[in-house]
Amino acid sequence: MSKPYYDPADLRKFGNITEWSEELGTKFFDYYGKVFEEGALSAREKSLIALAVSHVVQCPYCIDAYTKDGLQRGIDKEEMMEAVHVGAAIKSGATLVHGVQMMNKYEKLSM
Amino acid sequence: MALLKSLAAREDDLSKPANQLKFLSNGIFKEGGLPFFKDKIAQTGNFPLKPKKLEILQLNLGYMCNQVCSHCHVDAGPDRKEIMTRKTMQQCLEVIKNTGAHTLDLTGGAPEMNPNFRWFVEEASNAGIKDFIVRSNLTIILANKKYHDLPQFFKKHNVHVASSLPYYKREKTDKQRGTGVFDKSIKALQMLNDVGYAQEGTDLKLDLVYNPAGAFLPTNQAELEQDFKVALKEDFNIDFNKLFAITNLPISRFLEYLIASENYEDYMYSLVEAYNPAAVENVMCTNTISISWDGWLYDCDFNQMLDLKVNSKVQHISEYNEDLLNDRNIIISQHCYGCTAGAGSSCQGTVA
Repeated sequence: MSKPYYDPADLRKFGNITEWSEELGTKFFDYYGKVFEEGALSAREKSLIALAVSHVVQCPYCIDAYTKDGLQRGIDKEEMMEAVHVGAAIKSGATLVHGVQMMNKYEKLSM
Repeated sequence: MALLKSLAAREDDLSKPANQLKFLSNGIFKEGGLPFFKDKIAQTGNFPLKPKKLEILQLNLGYMCNQVCSHCHVDAGPDRKEIMTRKTMQQCLEVIKNTGAHTLDLTGGAPEMNPNFRWFVEEASNAGIKDFIVRSNLTIILANKKYHDLPQFFKKHNVHVASSLPYYKREKTDKQRGTGVFDKSIKALQMLNDVGYAQEGTDLKLDLVYNPAGAFLPTNQAELEQDFKVALKEDFNIDFNKLFAITNLPISRFLEYLIASENYEDYMYSLVEAYNPAAVENVMCTNTISISWDGWLYDCDFNQMLDLKVNSKVQHISEYNEDLLNDRNIIISQHCYGCTAGAGSSCQGTVA
């Protein structure tokens, strides 16, 4: 049987990182919890941002977590997919905008 | 996708309560990954779980239903023939006349399919109960001509209607409850509004029951209620009073779904992680007695489906004694985590 690098069950153990560095782990989870509280942005909006970012950083744990979080909040699949496309558009845009650098260099080096 | 037959009709192993209870006590619980419910509540001083003042008598009039919902904890369906007889109803009426409970809650299956349903409602509505709830699946109202006048009938007897509607959009509702259920439910809600339910100037109450269409927990009940109110009003001009958010308990057909979709372990972890001691304080079994179609007494509807009769000298409606019943230990197992997760869950929605 193959052993994948990512095991979905490891997500449940996320909290265990505190065991090897209590101060930093606790500070991180306090910060994390605070970030997702209702604020100027609603918790629902934050959940969709988190889903988009999860895809951009390609974190399988985060994708599992925020798909489930979205379902719980009544976010539907059309909204989720639009959020993923926002992330994808920024990521592809970030690639393509470097095309300007390529064009600049090309022009500079060419007679 | 909706199932065509009940677990019972398919003679599935999970149709036997003992097999469900065994499953819920093995695996992640036996192997130590998760604590048994008994140990969990003992940590917060809630074991043994004891009843408080009895407030609700919940009667299951039978397991027959016109729908076969994929999440149903009753394993109800058209193929179920268990129906409360008039004799048992008469015994229930005697209890209702003398009970200290302020709420009578009729459920099923589809309680309206019991041939003595109307007779029973007429009799029970004269018994002086303050809040008289009928749990209607809505589609029954349109299932057959003989049910079309149910809204008027409910109104006549000032019945408080609690209706299941898993979501305000078609797709999720139909996936859980069957194709076409959403459109029929909407029509039935409009019929209830038309006779005065949830309308200004009447005290006819119409509540909706939401439960997640999948292996996840419900979100905040107040937020969901607001979402449902806006959407149902804008899209269908429907009004309702309250929304109850109910967690799916890992028994019967929902347990079957969790196992088949390989979501069981994750779901149990989610329930245990969301354990809330404040919800334990007000969990439904502390103020409810559930009575089965054949007159047996249970701590709740879920224990009824798991055939866990009350731990009391009094176990049947024929020998009902409220004082004796109130002096009992409530029977618990791992399915109880469903009622203690997050803001808690009961037939009246969240509890914490």
